[in-house]
Amino acid sequence: MSALTALARLEAVAARRARPLATVRHCHLSATPLVVIPLRLAGEAGAPLAVMLGGARDEPVLLAVPQPRNRDLRFAFAAELGKVLLEYVEASRGVAEDLGPSKDGEDRVRYTGAPQLVLPNTGGVAFLRLLGRSTRFRRTEGEHAVEPAVPALGRWLTWFAERRDRPGSSLTLALTEALRLHWATGQSSVEDANLAALLGWIDPPDGLDGPAAATIAEDPARTPPAGPATDPKFDNDVLAPAIAAFDEGADGAGERVREALRTQLAPTWELCWRALDLLAALPEGASVAGRWERDRDAFTHFHQTFAEGVPQARRDSAVGAARRLHRLERAQESYEAQRAFDDPLVMAEYRLEGLAFGGTVTEADPERLDESGKRPKLRPRLRVATEDPLRLEPGATVCDAARPKVKGKIVEYGAGEVLVELTGGLGKKLTPEPGTVPEAGARVVFTSVTEGSFGPARFPEHEETPWTHGGPPAEYVPDARDAGEAWS
Amino acid sequence: MTDDAPDLRRLRGDAPARNHDARTIAALTANPGCSRRGLLDAAGVDKQAVADHLGFAPRFGQSQFAITRGNSFEAQVKADGCAALLALLRGDLGLDVPAVTSADLAPRGEGRAARHAETRRALGRALSVGGGALLDHPMLVLDIAGRPAYLEPDVLALQLAGRLHVVEIKSFAVVDGQAEPEQVAAAARQAAVYVLALRRLVAELGHDPQRVAHDVFLVCPQNFSNRPVATPLDVRPQLAVLERQLTRLTRVDAILGELPDELSFALDDALPESVRAVEARYAPECLSSCEMAFFCREEARACGATGSLGRALRDDLGGVESVEAALALAAGAADVPPELAETAERLRLAARLRGEALGTAG
Repeated sequence: MSALTALARLEAVAARRARPLATVRHCHLSATPLVVIPLRLAGEAGAPLAVMLGGARDEPVLLAVPQPRNRDLRFAFAAELGKVLLEYVEASRGVAEDLGPSKDGEDRVRYTGAPQLVLPNTGGVAFLRLLGRSTRFRRTEGEHAVEPAVPALGRWLTWFAERRDRPGSSLTLALTEALRLHWATGQSSVEDANLAALLGWIDPPDGLDGPAAATIAEDPARTPPAGPATDPKFDNDVLAPAIAAFDEGADGAGERVREALRTQLAPTWELCWRALDLLAALPEGASVAGRWERDRDAFTHFHQTFAEGVPQARRDSAVGAARRLHRLERAQESYEAQRAFDDPLVMAEYRLEGLAFGGTVTEADPERLDESGKRPKLRPRLRVATEDPLRLEPGATVCDAARPKVKGKIVEYGAGEVLVELTGGLGKKLTPEPGTVPEAGARVVFTSVTEGSFGPARFPEHEETPWTHGGPPAEYVPDARDAGEAWS
Repeated sequence: MTDDAPDLRRLRGDAPARNHDARTIAALTANPGCSRRGLLDAAGVDKQAVADHLGFAPRFGQSQFAITRGNSFEAQVKADGCAALLALLRGDLGLDVPAVTSADLAPRGEGRAARHAETRRALGRALSVGGGALLDHPMLVLDIAGRPAYLEPDVLALQLAGRLHVVEIKSFAVVDGQAEPEQVAAAARQAAVYVLALRRLVAELGHDPQRVAHDVFLVCPQNFSNRPVATPLDVRPQLAVLERQLTRLTRVDAILGELPDELSFALDDALPESVRAVEARYAPECLSSCEMAFFCREEARACGATGSLGRALRDDLGGVESVEAALALAAGAADVPPELAETAERLRLAARLRGEALGTAG
């Protein structure tokens, strides 16, 4: 946390209401998301109890397991969930756009749409990952045969979970995390993990302030938890007797379990849509569409290779892990830089740290030429008055936050003034393209933040894995033991 | 060793003493500097009852599904003289496990001191004889803040090749060799407390405390099955932290010395005042480990303590304890004490930058 976030939190305490941490929205919101609220049985790692899901606010679908310890019922649930998810994935992809051939002549396409799963919190995401792990190795034939939708569900959930590790991806949103990126509350991060309490601070109901709304939200009797864990009191008083009745074969007992679970899920369902409304009310950041395009690329690739693919391995190979780490680090860097360029409030963090400075241009020499070399070069200079505590040395490379392609370097710094020389992004002529060099009197922000300092990945092929890393790995083939793994 | 001290009995209002369990241990390691928690735990006060009486009922209810699952897993591992556990250690970890004599030290109605004495005897026998030995439900004592605290760990102490290992049976799953980091961390912190208590006892019995291994065994269900899997866990880092924390604790006697002589946590009308008389150090982490947390949170919020927003935030504010004071610094308050000059400058800058970005700059 920085002093800026800390200050926002203090302001929230004083205002008794959340304060903004962003001026634009940094995640993509699909026009047709799939809201998913999973519940699991207490004490079990991967025993699903129920899920409420759907793409229409007034039509939640409830899938439930009336006896979560029953393996057959569990697989039937997984198959049902798989069918709903696959149907949604197919409906979300739109049409394939032709992007023309790539450098090596292969046809490239990108779907116009992609699925977006919306979960109440990170616990829900973690549970879907586990559910994916427990279903993706199942087989559709042989001794432990299950419906085809089961392993398909597992592979898709695993893909969603892995893709979520990538900074800036919006294919799976955990609402508590998305909201916390945009608002600061007057409570701690521990309490912010409760979606209802977080929303209470951001958008309290009429007549209440943030702390009062959060107090109601924290009481499980008044606000059921958003999952995946259930309220222990609900488990003991309501769910356990209902499941016991189901075990005894009582009439309508399955329905009784379902209805009990519905009471726990329905309030969170409403909260999820409210959270989406709040996020949708923020203007979208400039680079959000570009990141969503990368998400669509990843989706297109996975969708198109799904039929010939195999379940994702339990562990990455050495080369695979190195590549993955490289991709994630690269995505992290560019996500952070893009957010700063999109949002002055995020850029303020860098100004606070002295890695950016903002101020007014006092002098501009837009057509200055550097004629010291053989050929003259266009090197406009700007003098910027700033109160920011700059920590960059002369010679440091910076770019214009409003036009990150316009690069420059710091020539001098002192007495509240910075002299910047622009070196690139001004066009090819000896006079700058219009709109690239700020005029005297303009407000500007320059920063050393960049995206793309990570070069391309240079790793050996799998078959050339060095002995230091275990040598070439055996080809990964899921085996029958995986398929028959106990799920109890 | 006395079973109980009269001053502590008075604090409890003559209610029966509670032993330290997994939760008080977690609270101790999460927030060692809190005098209120320290005193209540040292006196063996039923914090749940106190919090209930204060109107801030803790929410540590356990689902019967989780209890059933935990119990059945533990029973399965411990069945037939821990046959499954020993097979795991031989098979999964490749240890040379000889035949083992086991002693169940579970409560049978006798007092804490008597139970501790029995643990002491059983342990002394095992240490002298050597060879395989298994102590179930030992009653340990650890000197915390100058007073003996009884620990009732739900663990086994297993002696192999002359070394004692703490074995913790937990029902969270290990999936593909990984478990939830918070749960593993909590188990490791707990185990470290037991290792330390065992070491002190071993030393008291005249043996080398290093005979208690810093490698503990964590036994958990594997993947999505009921099959147990054993994982060795090195708790040396947790031991080091714990030992440092214990030496830095304010002594219970010192806390008591500051308090009125007649103070008691009996469940009566004077309770709120008695509890407030003992200083608390609330942090949001308390919510997951201490029964008093909701009460203390309310108190911290009412006086605008920055600590209620988390330790990271308080550190960011350079130790400014009150929200109001921090906001005043950000707004450019005059006469800033020199030790806060840097924090004040940073907060003013943050306020200016925030104002500029949100378009609310004056």
